[in-house]
Amino acid sequence: MSARVNLTLNINERDYAVSVEPRHTLADVIRDQCGLTGTHLGCEHGVCGSCTILLDGEPVRACLIFAVQCDGQEIRTVEGLSEGNELHPLQASFRDNHALQCGYCTPGFLMLAAGILERNPSISDEDLRDVLSSNICRCTGYANIVKAVRAAVAEMGRR
Amino acid sequence: MPEGKVLGKPVTRLEDQPLVTGRGRYVGDINFPHQLHMRIARSVHAHAEIRSIDTSRARALPGVFAVWTSDDIPEVGPVDFRADRASEVLKPYRQPVLARGRVRYVGDPVVAIFAEDAYVAEDAAELVDIDYSPLRIIVSADEDPGEFEPGRTTEAAFLTHTFGDVDGAFAKAHKVIELDLHTGRHSGVPLETRGAIGRYDAATDILELHGAAKVLHRNRDTLVNMLGCNPDQLHVHESHVGGGFGIRGELYPEDVLVLVAAKRLGRPVKWIEDRYEHLMCANQGREQHHLARVAVDKDGRILAMEDKIFHDQGGYVRTHGYNVANRTMCMLTGLYDVPAFRAVTHYRLTNKTPCATYRAPGRFESTFVRERLVDAVAAELGLDPVEIRRRNLIRPEQMPYKLEFDEANVENLEFDSGDYPLLFKKALDMFGWNTLQEELKRRRAAGEMIGAGMGLFLEEGGRGPSDGARIAVDSRGGVEVVTGGASLGQGFETAMAQICAEALGVDYRKIRVIHGQTDRIPYGIGAHATRATVLTGGAVHVTALAVRAKALDMASELLQLPVDSLEIVDGTVRQRSNPRGPTITLGDIAKRLAPGSKVLGGRQPGLWAEEFFNPKDTVFPYGVHLAVVKVDPGTGGVTVERFMVAYDVGRAVNPAMVEGQLVGGCLQGLGGALYEEFIYDDQGQPLAATLADYLLPTLGEAPDIEVLITEDAPSPLNPLGIKSAGEGGINGVGAAIAGAIGDAIGRPGAIRRMPVTPQRLRDILRADGR
Amino acid sequence: MKPSAFRYHRPGSIAEAVDVLADVGPDQGRVLAGGQSLVPSMAFRLAAPSTLVDINRIEELGHLSVQDGSLVIGACVRHAAFHRSVVDGVPGPFLTRVARHIGHYPIRQRGTFCGSLAQADPASEWCLVAVALGASVTAASKRGTRRIEATDLIVGAMTTTLAEDELLTEACLPLPAPETRLGFAEFSRRAGDFALAMVLASYRVVDGRIAGACVAVGGAEDRPRRIAAAEMALDGNPPGAETFAAAGGAAAEALDPMEDAQTSVAYRRDLVRTLTSRALERAAA
Repeated sequence: MSARVNLTLNINERDYAVSVEPRHTLADVIRDQCGLTGTHLGCEHGVCGSCTILLDGEPVRACLIFAVQCDGQEIRTVEGLSEGNELHPLQASFRDNHALQCGYCTPGFLMLAAGILERNPSISDEDLRDVLSSNICRCTGYANIVKAVRAAVAEMGRR
Repeated sequence: MPEGKVLGKPVTRLEDQPLVTGRGRYVGDINFPHQLHMRIARSVHAHAEIRSIDTSRARALPGVFAVWTSDDIPEVGPVDFRADRASEVLKPYRQPVLARGRVRYVGDPVVAIFAEDAYVAEDAAELVDIDYSPLRIIVSADEDPGEFEPGRTTEAAFLTHTFGDVDGAFAKAHKVIELDLHTGRHSGVPLETRGAIGRYDAATDILELHGAAKVLHRNRDTLVNMLGCNPDQLHVHESHVGGGFGIRGELYPEDVLVLVAAKRLGRPVKWIEDRYEHLMCANQGREQHHLARVAVDKDGRILAMEDKIFHDQGGYVRTHGYNVANRTMCMLTGLYDVPAFRAVTHYRLTNKTPCATYRAPGRFESTFVRERLVDAVAAELGLDPVEIRRRNLIRPEQMPYKLEFDEANVENLEFDSGDYPLLFKKALDMFGWNTLQEELKRRRAAGEMIGAGMGLFLEEGGRGPSDGARIAVDSRGGVEVVTGGASLGQGFETAMAQICAEALGVDYRKIRVIHGQTDRIPYGIGAHATRATVLTGGAVHVTALAVRAKALDMASELLQLPVDSLEIVDGTVRQRSNPRGPTITLGDIAKRLAPGSKVLGGRQPGLWAEEFFNPKDTVFPYGVHLAVVKVDPGTGGVTVERFMVAYDVGRAVNPAMVEGQLVGGCLQGLGGALYEEFIYDDQGQPLAATLADYLLPTLGEAPDIEVLITEDAPSPLNPLGIKSAGEGGINGVGAAIAGAIGDAIGRPGAIRRMPVTPQRLRDILRADGR
Repeated sequence: MKPSAFRYHRPGSIAEAVDVLADVGPDQGRVLAGGQSLVPSMAFRLAAPSTLVDINRIEELGHLSVQDGSLVIGACVRHAAFHRSVVDGVPGPFLTRVARHIGHYPIRQRGTFCGSLAQADPASEWCLVAVALGASVTAASKRGTRRIEATDLIVGAMTTTLAEDELLTEACLPLPAPETRLGFAEFSRRAGDFALAMVLASYRVVDGRIAGACVAVGGAEDRPRRIAAAEMALDGNPPGAETFAAAGGAAAEALDPMEDAQTSVAYRRDLVRTLTSRALERAAA
């Protein structure tokens, strides 16, 4: 076991003081030390995208970053998407369009979509499909995920 | 069927609120104070004798609490079959929870480590030294059987299914067509890996298993036998489950280990499978070699089918015994009227990951074989593939249609209802099959390698024997439906709530559905083999009707109105002819039915009921898959341009959820047809043990899948006519894709092996000089 | 799939980084840039570095600019930087097209151009680009800095000539002349997967004939390589399907492909034949 490092992670605009080994992945620390278990681990080698979070606004795989790298950066997870009881348009749209079944990949897809839409609200269909092909869903066959994200774009534009 | 108020509507799911906000509770999200983390040191050899195990370095690592080999748990037997799969001849082939003396696949558990954190546990596993002496490695069921143990070969069983005069039919056939076919090894690979937490409460003498799924009561019963405790001492709990597909929720060695360890070590024990382990250890499936032949008359009518199957079971026989091989054989004739049939299976163990059921077990395989045969007949006789199928389909007037096998130990089948030609026609019409042929001709003429194919299939579901439900209305009108069902993400809660809401007359959103908790209800069928909606749904329906009857009986007395004049709308009883007249809510009725109530009379206290539903037989949904693919001749790459799933589900409880099942299942099928394969080298080393090597389809590979859900043949075997929807999306995909690729390359019988990888397709084209 | 323990350093400057590397490099220390290849191999415990030297906060490694006709790419420039054209003219959009084949969007937010070169995966798109366009890299150590041609850097699968104490600080990619035509084609099982083969082709047209042809193949051999036979089949001939097919044939013939359980020599040759003519067609378009 190597020495622990004390640092502060800023997650969903809240500071978490944590004590980590350098080898602890950001995903593990978010889940186990900060108690934010909405960030899921599906493969731990960067393929499935279930652990996708926003790091300084960009969607990244939290299993491929060490927590020790992330002090001073702005981290957003699925728990920070809704405001109180009000669902983010993407969350409501996933529900309304049956874009989830088991729900395991859902937080990753939500953060992936949130990240890209905040950067590029007028993203083309082709680019959107390219981005959404980053994550794996084993239940839905993706059709409803694409539909949900498209519908949310319209809703986000209205807000 | 009369149109329901909520039954049959594509309403949003009750499950979704916590799942979209990151507040689900999957097994990895559950933690108990003072828990230990278990890590398994696994075999790196496919087949070897264990000469010695040295765990001293692992034990010495700070943070390690205990290290076990099989010698530490001599009292724990191998993982048992489910009660209904017991087979004496297969028992010696069961898997010990930690290898005893021999390892039989790469990934076989050998040593269990219990440590303070998951990182340390993994460090310790690396420090375990195991000395192996290699044994002969068998990587294919085609190889001559070897020795499983002294006196026992790796051909664990030889199975036969027969009916009719097969030899006579082949003797008088106009043509006999033979094919040599392979279905590749693939599996469900849910996004959430497996996980299990054992926890023992000495104060109450109750052992808990968290992270269970699919068949909780049955697993409890198996575990109770293995551990020697009583059912009331073992509580099995389901949390959120990140996908099942047949493979999750079966009993595995790790489930047993966490329970034994929790009790013995006196601390909760948590095990979360990693993806590498998952791809080496969780159940795989599908790998079969078929030598199949069919006898036809000059019009292409099938006279007989025969199949010799080599079934690759992997290193051990797991919970399902030879069920998959049996399903393959008994569903092989599918929805065709075949007078004579013989199938034999060499059920063989190999030194690869053990196999069991994966979505549409035995059916994906047999549909591929059957439809390949039919396509080959069409090509041989110069018949249209549509026409030859029409000629052979079982006709509606033959329903119910019986398949009676000669063998006493083989279960006979009776197809409950169906109009197969009608669905076939509807599917072809919606797909625009005839105009499509013109378009394909044009595009081929312009140089494109493009073609269409089809897979027609029969599914089965709703197999009994029985399931129950308990429904209670509380004093504020809240409704709790307690079931022994299970939710793997398919929308079980919503479906049950819709069925209950329809029968009882309440808003489905006010219903709380309990599932997967063995301490809440003594029996439960779980969610497997497309049973949940039929069995548990049937139970919820009859139970809700019983609650309704009790509520109306009480309301009738309180409102002084005849029972048959009353209705329940949104949880309020009122007179049908006078909706603005006197009313009473279900909550108030529940209050009046409380124990000691003055108006209780001779009634049982409480507004609740408990009923069972016992269907008399299995239901058989059926479907048609149609595909258009384009082949890139230069790379062997295949693009699926169009795919359609047409499926008669008897009755759709929630069409949006049915569609989700079909589309999702279909993409899994496309994975198995084109991308996914667990390959091994000749030393039995797995070469697809990461998600960079085992290729799950992404959106980039997903076509827009068209869906036609029909309700033309409700099942007569249950009150709602439900036939279920879980496995129809995947069943015919391999068949349709193989046919379409064959059509595209102008070689109708060329595709003999799933998955059709670009390299395999290039090999076929290159052999043709293309 | 939890990584082994390691020590962690986060230097704030190149000077500080090479100081640390001088210490830890010879003792299984590794540089951590994007981490999109290194961290997965640590999760499988295929890599177990004693120390990671995290260069992500070294500001002087973030530069991306054109200097003397070359694109200079600092060690912390992410793949995603190429989502937009980074230079005017043909090469900008071309690099954008190539970048879209690298993994997936979130991977491209972290992974770096220089990290790809230092990793030297045979299927790396950037390694192919570097070899095809004649790139060089700068390696810094406490001992000084040196410049290494890409062809001298990448000497085998996952093998470079970087020393243990060296930090690859930047890559220098000569930009092709404005009239150069560029084409790229790759084949992978799924979108975003490692390529089974890929081809970068470039040429100029002088008086209706091909001149200065470059055909480089990646993903098929243990490192990317220009195929002289294919280039000879192009130079001096008019661009068109026939010439391109001849070049494809020559490339396939000249190849010494890697083989694995799922990819035979014959299949890789077929792919290179197809992809060479496709890359050339795209260059022509």
